[in-house]
Amino acid sequence: MSAGNGFAAVTLVPGRAEAEVFVMAEPLSFWGGLDATTGEIIDRWHPQSGEILTGRMLLMESGRGSSSGSSVLAEAIRAGTGPAGIVLLTRDAIVTLGALVAAELYGASCPVVMAAAADWPALTAAGRLTVEAGPNGAAIRIG
Amino acid sequence: MTVTLDDADRALLGGAHGEAGRFAMGLLVRFADAVGAPSFIDARCSHIDGCLYHGQVSLDFVEHLVQLGGRVRVPTTLNVGSVDLIHPELFRGGADLQTAGARLMVAHEELGCVPTYTCAPYQTMFRPQLGWQIAWAESNAIVFANSVIGARTNRYGDFVDLCCAITGRVPNYGLHLTENRRATVVVEIEALPPEWEDAGPACVAVGHVIGRRCGDRVPAIVGLPASTREDDLKALGAVAASAGSVALFHAVGLTPEAPTLDAALQGEAPEETIRLTADDLRDTVRGLSTVPDGTALVAVSLGTPHFSLAEFERLVPLLEGPRPVVDFYVNTSRGVLEDLEARGWAATLREAGVTLVVDTCTYVTAIMRDLDGAVMTNSGKWAYYAPGNLGVAVAFGSLADCVASSRTGRVVRR
Repeated sequence: MSAGNGFAAVTLVPGRAEAEVFVMAEPLSFWGGLDATTGEIIDRWHPQSGEILTGRMLLMESGRGSSSGSSVLAEAIRAGTGPAGIVLLTRDAIVTLGALVAAELYGASCPVVMAAAADWPALTAAGRLTVEAGPNGAAIRIG
Repeated sequence: MTVTLDDADRALLGGAHGEAGRFAMGLLVRFADAVGAPSFIDARCSHIDGCLYHGQVSLDFVEHLVQLGGRVRVPTTLNVGSVDLIHPELFRGGADLQTAGARLMVAHEELGCVPTYTCAPYQTMFRPQLGWQIAWAESNAIVFANSVIGARTNRYGDFVDLCCAITGRVPNYGLHLTENRRATVVVEIEALPPEWEDAGPACVAVGHVIGRRCGDRVPAIVGLPASTREDDLKALGAVAASAGSVALFHAVGLTPEAPTLDAALQGEAPEETIRLTADDLRDTVRGLSTVPDGTALVAVSLGTPHFSLAEFERLVPLLEGPRPVVDFYVNTSRGVLEDLEARGWAATLREAGVTLVVDTCTYVTAIMRDLDGAVMTNSGKWAYYAPGNLGVAVAFGSLADCVASSRTGRVVRR
């Protein structure tokens, strides 16, 4: 819940990011759905097809689709076309791994956190979010 | 850290199995924490989806393990790569990509992985068995292993699959546990369109609906015809795992954990029942095509997931007659290709105008000669991904429709 220092969240991949919010209207499979060279959503079935994720704080209820998504996300983060951070509503192994490996191999930070369902309406309505994800938990602040 | 480690895990973390084991176990521990897994268990086998080149990160990860002297500790199969190593002349992409893609595949072999290069490892001699705890990647392989075989795996992805293979350990959560394999959604097929003689399109339609409407929940399907083949269930799972994140479905009377609906539900009530009419199924199949009947074709592509020998047994007689007037690709594994050669069918297929593609797949890499138009397929998964990956228009139809259309050069459907 909202406290003085923000909304408490669970750290999936540690790091800090502050960015403009991009609310995913539907879950996206990064593989087949994201062009890692441009950061563009290329899944033509997706309502936000054509939009760019680069540098945004991605709010996504859950992951979806091919397990190759980890590589595409890691490659996007390596190439600098990936999101600044990712806020999920449910744990997702594919998203987590992609961001973890980018951190492990390149030291590139794209924090991934899991927010509480009660906070989701406030988070998705925000224009900018700051995520601070440490080993003992994460905090999300609006702005 | 919240995951509980046993002696085997601590030995790996301590470097008892080398630096690669230490690195892989370290990543697995952080992964287990992220997904909330309480502990690890032994994996009997692994299937790796990391040999498809997605960029520099793919190579960097595997070369890192090679440099650390890594070696897999359990039988480990490989999914498709970016190039057909047996028919390299089919590759139409850039030389850099070809070199990097081929190196990525060979680097996995250096780690001790078996060069199966197929997305249908469940149709090779490495097929797991009912109840096995396994660490598999590739969404169609995962859903097939869980659903059709009753082996147990979560939706592992690139990197973690190889970490499990290097360590022989897998996090014990999710679908490794019996209680999480319970169906929570019932999908009831009220009627199949009577004009569909082949269970193939029906299974693709049902799979697509499940993907869209079940998310990652476990559905129990009631009403698939008794004539449903293993390859139809393969197609169902593949499209369900493309349109959604389905990792396990039960087909009552057809799959091993669903002798009855009650068994699939583990005696509990479902949270939702989805009823599908014949019109729902027709609409779903229609929605898989981006072009109408009569559209000119540039190619037909079959075998996503990889065509099995049983599927070739159905295709070969259909090809007797006029040759296709458009490119005709069939993706399969090098293992099945050996069987085709032994039967003399590979030559028959080539003479009939078929290009056999192995080790890779037409929708993940640059193989197809002409992409300037519509392509027809009997694969719901290919239909789902190809427009985004390749920028082609797509027509979906049954196997017989695909063959008939290849002869007229236009989409014809019965």
